[in-house]
Amino acid sequence: MRHRSKRLSEAVQQAVFVGPALLFFALIVLVPFVMSFYYSMTEWNGVTADVKWIGFDNFRRIFTEDTDFRRSFLFTVRYTLAAVVLTNALGFVLALLLTQPLKTRNVLRTVFFLPNVIAGLLLGFIWSFIFVKGFAAVGQWTGIGFFKLPWLGTASTAFWGMIIVTVWQTAGYLMVIYIAAMVNMPRELIEAAKIDGAGRWQMLKSIIVPLVMPAFTVCLFLSLSWSFKVFDLNLSLTQGGPFGSTESVALNIYREAFQNNRYGLGTAKALIFFVIVAAVTTLQVLFTKRKEVEA
Amino acid sequence: MEQTQRYNARLLAMEIAAILLALVFLIPFWFVLVNSVKSFGDLMRNAAGWPEAFRWDNYARVWEIMRFPRAFMNSLIVTVLGNAGLVVISAMAAYRILRRPTVFNRVLFVLFIAAMVIPFQSIMIPLVRVAADIGLMDSRFGLIVCYFGFGVSMSLFLYHGFMKSVPAEIEEAAVIDGCTPYGVFWKIVFPLLKPMSITILILNSLWIWNDFLLPSLILHDAGIRTIPLQTFSFFGQYTKQWDLALAGLVMGVAPMVAFFLLMQKHIIAGISAGAVKG
Repeated sequence: MRHRSKRLSEAVQQAVFVGPALLFFALIVLVPFVMSFYYSMTEWNGVTADVKWIGFDNFRRIFTEDTDFRRSFLFTVRYTLAAVVLTNALGFVLALLLTQPLKTRNVLRTVFFLPNVIAGLLLGFIWSFIFVKGFAAVGQWTGIGFFKLPWLGTASTAFWGMIIVTVWQTAGYLMVIYIAAMVNMPRELIEAAKIDGAGRWQMLKSIIVPLVMPAFTVCLFLSLSWSFKVFDLNLSLTQGGPFGSTESVALNIYREAFQNNRYGLGTAKALIFFVIVAAVTTLQVLFTKRKEVEA
Repeated sequence: MEQTQRYNARLLAMEIAAILLALVFLIPFWFVLVNSVKSFGDLMRNAAGWPEAFRWDNYARVWEIMRFPRAFMNSLIVTVLGNAGLVVISAMAAYRILRRPTVFNRVLFVLFIAAMVIPFQSIMIPLVRVAADIGLMDSRFGLIVCYFGFGVSMSLFLYHGFMKSVPAEIEEAAVIDGCTPYGVFWKIVFPLLKPMSITILILNSLWIWNDFLLPSLILHDAGIRTIPLQTFSFFGQYTKQWDLALAGLVMGVAPMVAFFLLMQKHIIAGISAGAVKG
């Protein structure tokens, strides 16, 4: 009898502790994820109950006919490469600077982090004003050619516009992570290297970089997944323009489903997107984890 | 790295370089603030300089048009309740999964973690269908439920990692003293999790408050829009009226900037902690 009541109490506990998390997770993440395999093989306008099974037609269409998707994919890859390299480079340099005993160190950390707390959507609107009106005014005033460019007006300036805002927004976040790693470096190692006469460059290459490798893993992962999934900023800054040249994959999927009302095709694209994002981020973590050293 | 070093010319040069860079970082804020108090004509003639006259009524007008207090309350409700629910359900689940590592619980844990690589855009289309079927559409409550589902993986993962350092002996002593399993969790374990709870609250607040795509799919009724949604629709109507648009953007940005400046220490610490555990 006691044995049974113990088992009952265990079952109730399992349900109370794990049940809610599992319920919401299953309902909101697992069920839609599983459903997406089905919908990716259908033609469906999202409104009517009329869902037509068409097998792999959506995938065939995406790989052979859909030049918009291919273009948005190439844009996203180029954007991700540039964004990952530049945000990490700036974040790392800022961290190096702001771990020095500077007098204004704390204020500066705050300033560099500040853009990150603002919603990407609002940042895009803010910068669209700066690119269109602000830069033009500065260009008139100073005569510097950089500010007179038709920002957001051509494919390449719109691309770099996206990059500028992304670097401005996220470098400070990565800086915080790099700073945390640098502050935790064992001082004996630094001191020992100094006594052995290591130069600044050698110190950076042989001591600092290997020691903050775990932070690299994290920062690369974060910046990779942010840039791959860029949506809000894209929507509010360039709307994918001019002529779709800066449309990210996420925006392309969104428009396919919710503006063109091709939910089936959109779901198929979303599934391809999942495979790519999952593969790239997993490979990156495995790859950089191997480079981490024990401090 | 934090070595005691004499303040020399090299450090001064670095300091100046860093300050200049910080000023460059602040320029966007300057542009937006200074232009948000100009008249439309002033703004068109001169977008870089000081205003000819301060037009504070830009703000008063936008406050009315955007129905700002309402949007603010909607954001606040969704962020606070979303946060509260996430902390409760993920702390409880993480606790059980760690202390009772049955096969079921271990598989479940792997599932929670694996789901973190699924991009939101990959499931948003069927999600809209599911949300409509179970009555989550067009309701703040429905949106909060969606945040429970999307947020639970990361929060659970962070709690799980942190709890490993909480010794089980204290709990065993409490059980001997006649505490129920629920009492043990709420009175003993949960208070010990406070540092991680703060980290999770910070990370989830930044995410939920600033999120646009999920609320845009769930909330359509104008009365329940959050700040990013309301700004988006406001901006759509006033694209060319930069004087009003900029005042609206400043108002949209202000709550989060204020929150950040107040909670700075916790936010920075939270991000470092979240990243190390992640």
